[in-house]
Amino acid sequence: MTTLDTLKGGERARIVAVTGDDGISIRLMEMGLTEGEQIELLGFAPLGDPIEFLVRGYRISLRCSEARRVQVEPPQISGKPA
Amino acid sequence: MPPFKNALSALRSRLMSLKQPAAQTRPLTVAIIGNPNTGKSTLFNSLVGMKSRVGNFPGVTVEKKIGRVRWNGRAIDLVDLPGTYSLSPRTLDEMVSVDVLLSRQQEVGEIDAIVCIVDVSNLERNLYLVSQVLDLGLPTVLVLNMQDVAQARGVSIDADRLSKRLGIPVVSTEAHRRRGLDDVRRAIDETVNQRPPQALRLFSDEFYQECDLLSAMLAERHAADTPLYLLERLIVDVGGQVENQLAERHDALPQVLREVRQRLGEAGCRVPAIEAKVRYSWIRDVLENVVTRPQARLVTASDKIDRILTHRLVGLLIFAVLMLIVFLSIFIWAEPFMNAIEVGQTWMASMLTGLMPPGALRSLLVDGLIAGVGGVIIFVPQIAFLFFFMAILEDCGYMARAAFLMDKLMTKIGLSGKSFVPLMSSFACAIPGVMATRVIENRRDRMVTILVAPLMSCSARLPVYALMIALFVPAEETLKRGLLLFGMYWLGVVVAIPVAWILKKTFFRGETPPFVMELPSYKWPSPRMVIYRVYDRSKAFVTRAGTLIFATTIVVWAGGYFPGDHSELDRVQAQLETLQAGGSADSTADEAAALIERQNKLSGELIAGSLLGRIGHAIEPAVRPLGWDWKIGVGALASFPAREVIVATMGTIYSLGGEVDEQSEGLRGAMQASTWPDGRKVYSMPVALSIMVFFALCAQCAATLMVIKRETNSWRWPVFTFVYMTALAYLGALVTYQVARLFV
Repeated sequence: MTTLDTLKGGERARIVAVTGDDGISIRLMEMGLTEGEQIELLGFAPLGDPIEFLVRGYRISLRCSEARRVQVEPPQISGKPA
Repeated sequence: MPPFKNALSALRSRLMSLKQPAAQTRPLTVAIIGNPNTGKSTLFNSLVGMKSRVGNFPGVTVEKKIGRVRWNGRAIDLVDLPGTYSLSPRTLDEMVSVDVLLSRQQEVGEIDAIVCIVDVSNLERNLYLVSQVLDLGLPTVLVLNMQDVAQARGVSIDADRLSKRLGIPVVSTEAHRRRGLDDVRRAIDETVNQRPPQALRLFSDEFYQECDLLSAMLAERHAADTPLYLLERLIVDVGGQVENQLAERHDALPQVLREVRQRLGEAGCRVPAIEAKVRYSWIRDVLENVVTRPQARLVTASDKIDRILTHRLVGLLIFAVLMLIVFLSIFIWAEPFMNAIEVGQTWMASMLTGLMPPGALRSLLVDGLIAGVGGVIIFVPQIAFLFFFMAILEDCGYMARAAFLMDKLMTKIGLSGKSFVPLMSSFACAIPGVMATRVIENRRDRMVTILVAPLMSCSARLPVYALMIALFVPAEETLKRGLLLFGMYWLGVVVAIPVAWILKKTFFRGETPPFVMELPSYKWPSPRMVIYRVYDRSKAFVTRAGTLIFATTIVVWAGGYFPGDHSELDRVQAQLETLQAGGSADSTADEAAALIERQNKLSGELIAGSLLGRIGHAIEPAVRPLGWDWKIGVGALASFPAREVIVATMGTIYSLGGEVDEQSEGLRGAMQASTWPDGRKVYSMPVALSIMVFFALCAQCAATLMVIKRETNSWRWPVFTFVYMTALAYLGALVTYQVARLFV
């Protein structure tokens, strides 16, 4: 198991859990980062933080510190859309 | 008169329950809610037009916006609630929407129906909020907006099936093209006449049993029933607003809640994760066979644009260019309009001067009233320009990217990427800058941004810098002049960093707010929306801050006019005006010059003897350590309405008349010739530096303070801003003068 902030550009992974029960974790879950969802890392901001992801069909920006709360299964490289 | 009000609302609900014809004519109150970037404001404005009433909810910084719509002869009051991803309040501000929807917000009163707007191209996440709204058990209309974006993505929705599954009317719109608006009005009208839908109950039986227990426990302490939705929030939102509010009255509550959550966790409902789990699994069931999307996600134009705009190099470059345009617009392009306002103001003043004999009334009208009105509308061009560009950038989806690009930089001073544009705008003028902080949803980030925004070196400081630099740095030394000016601009930023840091550690402590932010799809901005934003913000400024700014100008005018015997000055002025009206023969020119000199001398004496002048004299011991004499003290006092006023005030004090500007040779000469009683020169490089530092850091801008009052909905923060900035300015000037004296 790894965390979301360790993914590289274009990598996709399945969410296992969001850790913590404070406002940030609740917000992550509300935004659809829940167990079993696929999430893809689209890219980093020019200064390296925050990170842009694709989840549930929309784009979301998370700071590294926030992405670290999201546990994911080891990623698979996303291929070209079939 | 609360008893009367209570009786009235009791009567109203009686009438409602009787369903008499009288109830039919009562205006309906309908709240409109939705995620950010769903076109909610566009829908609200399209339905309501330009006639919404804007105010603040009491005790919070949330804007209250209500507008009236008519349908079938029935009046509907639409309440625009702030865009939100969920109804799980963690702060007082977020609690407002929940209170309004539960009819617990007294200023709005009973809610008859809810309009919930969603972005169809992003239905899955949007339905999260919808599921919470449906927990309230109120008549609800679901508006599917942005059909066009969904189509571009190849997403199609079976609206009828969705409506059946949810048990509420579902309407499709393209709000920015004004399509489907009548359907929304009709749906509202129809839904209030039908039985409200059953509240969704997505949690397990164990969960609702715990709700009943809590309800009974709370009922023991105070009579009122706690709505089921608040009980849900109480259990699910760990450390949320509902828990915090109720815990104030029930000491035992935190312990009880810990036990409740423990029991639920053992039963397989782990709080808080359970909520997202049950709601998203409900969403999956609801959307089954309702949404058809292409097998692979289509790469849209929006995706391609995003790749460029968030690119490491190109993205930053485009960002810099865009920000430069925004900055130039307020700094340079607004200037012709501001000049025109000034010309108009001068014209009005000279008209009145021609019509009336000199005296207190004329002075009040010309120097108080016209200057006061001018002092308000002078800001409108800058506000209009900033909000024009902000509306475009926000509407097309770029503002979120700007925050994304700048976040890392801004976190270094404890703020977020969303503070960048407001702070940058404050370099032109803090007023639109403070108003632009509305894009920051987090209250603490927003407050800190508002409180440091006035430290940014705005364009009103330029005349002060220019005057002082011109005094001591010869025009040939362009580099030295430039460096000095550059240094003054950076001073504000350098000071703002520790101030923001301290504010974050003291008044605005707490958990770091999430920066979890949607990056919306790009779309063409709607011209209507842009024009509306410009109009709305300018109007809000003039009507809500204008009166206060105006009042300040009048008070300071009175301080400079009274007490004092103006009869001789009036006589001289009257003579001068008859003389000037009579033509300009050579013999009269000398006479006029003599009169002007006399007039300026009298004006100077009068301001010295006025209340302001006396205070200036009284505080001289306090400003002496800054290297100032009482004249500079009076200048600083008189410039409270606006910094640049100091130049004109100095002109009056040095008996040159108030018509001087920072380029004036006469003023420069008078200042250089000015001496202390012992013959030493007043102005030296250390004094000039001390004045510049003071004006860089002080809060001598009534307009900014009044806008802060309006935006924070409290007198506390403008007072705080004034006190801390004045203290900083004084200390800064003191250190500058004392240190500089050692070297010069």
